[in-house]
Amino acid sequence: MGTSKKDVFIIADNVYTPIGFTTQQNFEQLKIGLSGVQKHDRADLSDVSIAASIFNKDQIFIPGEHTYTKFEQLLIASITEALSHTDIKIDDPKTGLIISSTKGNISLLETEENNEALQKRISLNTSAELVADHFGFINQPIIISNACISGVMAIVTGMRMIQSGQYNQVVVTGADVISKFVVSGFQSFQALSAERCKPFDKNRVGLNLGEGAATVVLSGDEKYKGNVRVTGGGISNDANHISGPSRTGQELGDAIIKAMNNVGVNAEDIGLISAHGTATPYNDEMEAKAIILAGLQNAPVNGLKAFYGHTLGAAGLIETVLAKQCMEQNTLLPTLGFEEAGTAPLNITTAVSKAEIKHCVKTASGFGGCNGALVLSK
Amino acid sequence: MSAQKQHITSSCIVSGNAVYKDGGRVLGVQSSDLASFLLGVYQHFELNYPKFYKMDNLSKLGWLASEVLLKDSFDKSKYQPEEIGIVLTNANSSLDADLKYWDSVQDVASPSLFVYTLPNIVIGEICIRNGFKGEDALYITPQFDASFLQQQVIYLLDNDILKACICGWADVVGDEYKAALFLVEKSEDGVEFGVEELDRIFNT
Repeated sequence: MGTSKKDVFIIADNVYTPIGFTTQQNFEQLKIGLSGVQKHDRADLSDVSIAASIFNKDQIFIPGEHTYTKFEQLLIASITEALSHTDIKIDDPKTGLIISSTKGNISLLETEENNEALQKRISLNTSAELVADHFGFINQPIIISNACISGVMAIVTGMRMIQSGQYNQVVVTGADVISKFVVSGFQSFQALSAERCKPFDKNRVGLNLGEGAATVVLSGDEKYKGNVRVTGGGISNDANHISGPSRTGQELGDAIIKAMNNVGVNAEDIGLISAHGTATPYNDEMEAKAIILAGLQNAPVNGLKAFYGHTLGAAGLIETVLAKQCMEQNTLLPTLGFEEAGTAPLNITTAVSKAEIKHCVKTASGFGGCNGALVLSK
Repeated sequence: MSAQKQHITSSCIVSGNAVYKDGGRVLGVQSSDLASFLLGVYQHFELNYPKFYKMDNLSKLGWLASEVLLKDSFDKSKYQPEEIGIVLTNANSSLDADLKYWDSVQDVASPSLFVYTLPNIVIGEICIRNGFKGEDALYITPQFDASFLQQQVIYLLDNDILKACICGWADVVGDEYKAALFLVEKSEDGVEFGVEELDRIFNT
């Protein structure tokens, strides 16, 4: 099963968030326990104060004259920094671009008059074309909008497009911006925690929102041998409820097993699980059950949502890049916010520690009952 | 890998106040707006599924198209739940629900509207109805892109990630809409799963 598959290497990456504009900066902040989640009183976001990881209002992402929206600027800034570490040819017909987002430019609805021109400006197709043109990609970008698994799905899609020979290299990027549209929606679900969130903790009460972007550059070129590889992916649906997770975790568990079968690894080979861990009562319990069903109850589990909030379409990308960094640095990161076990029993990380990580599982789940998992290998 | 080729074993188009199955028109409904058209389709086929009433128009459209697509054409007992998946595309994401949700925020933000502000919810609705647990995906493309769709679905079938896949297009903004769903299986019969065939059926 999958043994003859082509290797897909991560040859460059970026994480662009309120606590750092490069992968390295972000990783250093995580090691010292610095979180981007803070209390904000911002009438443009919410009538009540919220805890979220957001950029300063006057933050400049791309200098100079341009008409890019904040969402597009985040994508461009993240891609630009990632590409500075590699010399791949963007205008090569074998170079692809995949963009992941849940809500893109939706915040424009809040400040602009609704008409046909605005609707076109909001469209993810418009943003994708602008970003592709900015860098000179010649292939039509692929846009994934599959709720909170978008980022994981985007990387899995990129891996497959290289394995099938369609592309030799793929730039996979994603971003989401936090505005009143998204905040009010999560508030209406009573899903937000007023304090910094507590993934997998007994006293977790909900999630924080966050904004950011991340990029990975994938290549099938054997000259990158030695780099961390994307080796497996699995996607499934709960077929249970559009806004509540599965009660059993069986379907996310199946996605994890599918991803591990792609690689041909066993449970004891997994040195890190980078969990979705939104810190809502139901998600974390479901995820814990899924991890146990996949036989991974002993593997170290790390969640980063108390550092970044839930960055929606960027989350899978941000967390995958930082998991890759953990593998390269032989380092486990703490799960900020976790103190007391509050789900089916898992091995949750609580401190920075040294560990050899050969293979890592990244998980995600989202509205619509979707689940995604991928495997990184050293 | 099975030797059988993939074929389109069923198709359904919902467009221009009419419903087409396997190329033939099966229903026309006189209606002034999309909501009443969709209700007319629901009633005509005597579907009994109370969840229908709380769906947004994109989910109603895609769900109704899937009901017509699968009716008398699909034996789901041939497959395990995780062998059946869905790959949908559209141009406007969930814009129709986004606009309606944002209108509601001026008054009281409604969680039942907010949940539909993601374009993949229609996939979730079809999965819940039929118990499909395989891989699914929602891609945004500027227009119906038969070549892209075919590539994605062939990958899933050739690599035995799925054995049956519902794929196609479902797009709504206001009263502008179109759904075109294809059931693709490894089978001796059916229409060849090719770009030309997809485009021909789409443009019926």
